[in-house]
Amino acid sequence: MDVIKNLFKKNIRQYAMLIALVVIMIFFQIATKGILLVPMNVTNLILQNGYVFILAIGMTLTILTGGNIDLSVGSLCALIGAIAGTLIITMHMNIVLAIVLCLLLALVIGVWQGFWIAYIRIPAFIVTLAGMLLFRGLTVTMLKGLTLAPFPEGFQRISSGFIPDIFNGFGTSLNFTAIIVGVIISVLYVVIQLKNRVKRQKSGFIVSSITFFIIQIVIIVFVINLFFYWLAAYKGIPIALVFIGTLIVVYTIFTTRTVPGRYLYAMGGNEKAAKLSGINTNKVLFFTYVNMAVLAAVAGIMFASRINSASPQAGLNFELDAIGACFIGGASAYGGIGTIPGAIIGALVMGVLNNGMSILGVGSDWQMSIKGLVLLTAVAFDVISKMKSKS
Amino acid sequence: MNEFILEMRNITKLFPGVKALDNVNLKVKSGAIHALIGENGAGKSTLMNVLSGIYPYGTYSGEIIYQGKECNFKNVKDSEKTGIGIIHQELALIPYLSIGENIFLGNEVSKNNFINWDETHLKSKELLRKVGLKEDSNTRIKDIGVGKQQLVEIAKALAQNVKLLILDEPTAALNEEDSNNLLNLLLELKEDGITSILISHKLNEILKISDSITIIRDGSTIETLNKGDTDISEDRIIKGMVGRELTNRFPSHKPKIGKVVFEVKNWTVYDPLVEDKKVIDDVNINVRKGEIVGFSGLMGSGRTELAMSIFGKAYGKHISGKIIKDGKEIILKNVREAINNGLAYVTEDRKSAGLVLMQDIRSNISLANLNKISINQFVDDHKEIQVAEEYRKKLNIKSSSIFQNTGNLSGGNQQKVVLSKWIFTDPEVLILDEPTRGIDVGAKYEIYTIINKLADDGKSIIFISSELPEILGICDRVYVMNEGKIVGELSKKEASQESIMKCIMKSDMEVK
Repeated sequence: MDVIKNLFKKNIRQYAMLIALVVIMIFFQIATKGILLVPMNVTNLILQNGYVFILAIGMTLTILTGGNIDLSVGSLCALIGAIAGTLIITMHMNIVLAIVLCLLLALVIGVWQGFWIAYIRIPAFIVTLAGMLLFRGLTVTMLKGLTLAPFPEGFQRISSGFIPDIFNGFGTSLNFTAIIVGVIISVLYVVIQLKNRVKRQKSGFIVSSITFFIIQIVIIVFVINLFFYWLAAYKGIPIALVFIGTLIVVYTIFTTRTVPGRYLYAMGGNEKAAKLSGINTNKVLFFTYVNMAVLAAVAGIMFASRINSASPQAGLNFELDAIGACFIGGASAYGGIGTIPGAIIGALVMGVLNNGMSILGVGSDWQMSIKGLVLLTAVAFDVISKMKSKS
Repeated sequence: MNEFILEMRNITKLFPGVKALDNVNLKVKSGAIHALIGENGAGKSTLMNVLSGIYPYGTYSGEIIYQGKECNFKNVKDSEKTGIGIIHQELALIPYLSIGENIFLGNEVSKNNFINWDETHLKSKELLRKVGLKEDSNTRIKDIGVGKQQLVEIAKALAQNVKLLILDEPTAALNEEDSNNLLNLLLELKEDGITSILISHKLNEILKISDSITIIRDGSTIETLNKGDTDISEDRIIKGMVGRELTNRFPSHKPKIGKVVFEVKNWTVYDPLVEDKKVIDDVNINVRKGEIVGFSGLMGSGRTELAMSIFGKAYGKHISGKIIKDGKEIILKNVREAINNGLAYVTEDRKSAGLVLMQDIRSNISLANLNKISINQFVDDHKEIQVAEEYRKKLNIKSSSIFQNTGNLSGGNQQKVVLSKWIFTDPEVLILDEPTRGIDVGAKYEIYTIINKLADDGKSIIFISSELPEILGICDRVYVMNEGKIVGELSKKEASQESIMKCIMKSDMEVK
């Protein structure tokens, strides 16, 4: 029991947000009379908020470097959407080629912003504020203030396509591919956890008690399979989810297990000490912003595909959703603390709030105010709990 | 009229784990210039902070009698009201405000919160004339030199009708001419009846202008010498400053010294902020295998700057000179190259530049050598844990586990984590900058033992310290630095507190 208590205490921030997410979900589940977790709505929730997940991943990295945020990502999403629209709709370019060009362009934009931030050391806030105006302006200029639509079907499939069921549901309405993928992921998860546990035990390190370990695994396996069951009950696994899931896994591994990932945390924790330990902090900062721009492009393409148009108003306030998700998910505004899973939980909180309030018919004016209060509450909780642990 | 403007009686001030002041007594005569001297960390600045209310009444014991009345200052404002003005070593001026604004900062010439600018600048002009500063009161602080800034600080104190002026190392950052101006100003203020307490390391200055000298050592007053009634000489003062007995504070050690492995030749470094200011001037040093070489000198003598500029140009501009390792010249463009070439630098400021305090012991130890425990850029967690456990045991880092945040460790244990980090990079030359600063005696002994062990393993150690006994206790050879130059090289036999101090004093004289 003590072990659980200790573990809980240590990770209270992450667990607290997880619990908050569950509470918010239960609240909306009741308030919407069960519509929130209807299979169709679960899929919708993912697709609607796809951009928040992707942007929150990139934003976590920039915040880790020292509380730096990127205000330009919303405008960048719009700009990339506009370019994709011009290339594909107006110029009839091959979709794959157009997407590759968009990503390359985002890379160049990332180099541009990263240069000013990392090497000239202009505060990221200012550089990306300039970028926010610059990219929005370019978007409106490029689209002449008009909306381009529709995209060809192939492009739409990025956000509206599903992985087809190779089993044809065995005559039921369920998508068995989704269910099987869920099972495979569960098995992989259990195997990796077991392997790690055995390895750690062999090296003679303290591991959590076996009961706790089993409870943890059972809960997570249950959630994974429930989630994939929901997907199966609608149309199966959305193609967008494959992208999002891959990015989440890759970036979680990057931040927790690789050398450059460690540099991010060290730099945000104490840049002077990181420098004196031989870390090129300018380079770390530079690549963080290049990465953010490329991820913003991915989000921009996904969003353009979802609304099936390139609009000059696309991506408004996206940066705020992403930044909010990171802070709700436990990132420190001073850098050095924060995780990708945390940011994803934060993005889910934002997403469920968006979606739940929409179902309830809450006006967008009130939605904004409520999201603002949730953000403030989350960060206040963080600051106050830290004060307590210090005294 | 009382003969003494100030009496501090039995002042004792405790910091966690350290007795900074132990029954200190200080009597300052009205209208005198009273010098306060002692080694770094002897307690001079602490005493002045008690007097000026920075450490409020209640956090120390003892009494302060000022102008015949007992005073219990709760903050700096309280002491300022009674006419006590303190000028710190680090100036408290705001660079982007004008001289006039700075002089009246917190003491604005105003009516109903509206500032009267004409009056402000008129009064400033008068004060500037008094302190002999020929600058317009609209000039911004950042556009005038340090010497002039000192004068502005004094003008600021005068604006508050100061009666007792405390100056903490006022000439440390000044050149010869500015120093003389400042000292003459103090003599002029004395004519006007203003009493001064002067903290300084520069004995020649003190002998020139002060009426009484109080020597502080290890938080206690040793003696007070008065001009005229005692024979005051530099030797007499030095003896008072350093004369303490040395017991068994250092582990015994038989050095095994080999041939020269590391040399720095004609090393010159310029200040990164102040154009044309040489911080390190043509320094030549060498270290042998298994040798512990001490770098002694006063604060600001350039030791840290020398070490950091060698360590992959982590400090300074326009660096010139050669670094030779194992007989071959090496060029170190950045910290990474320095580490790869077998150098390690343990910073003097472990909290702000040595550790990532919000991270655990494990991540801090591996930080400078992550490549050793990773394959294709993937960190092997298990190896990392093993390494951290190994160092935790070897260096006896007292902690709940290697997953404890370094921010919660004591100073001594934090220092051991920093040492572990650098030992893990397997360096050949280890530069230790004030490695025992702010840690208790027991942990110090442990650190000395670790250093001896490293030397026995064939590593070359550069040991920078401001504590003379420590330098004498563990170093095989000592370089003495002053004002960016090497001003003496002493063998273990030659080195003593007096001989080191003499090197510094002599070089100060030569400059004059």
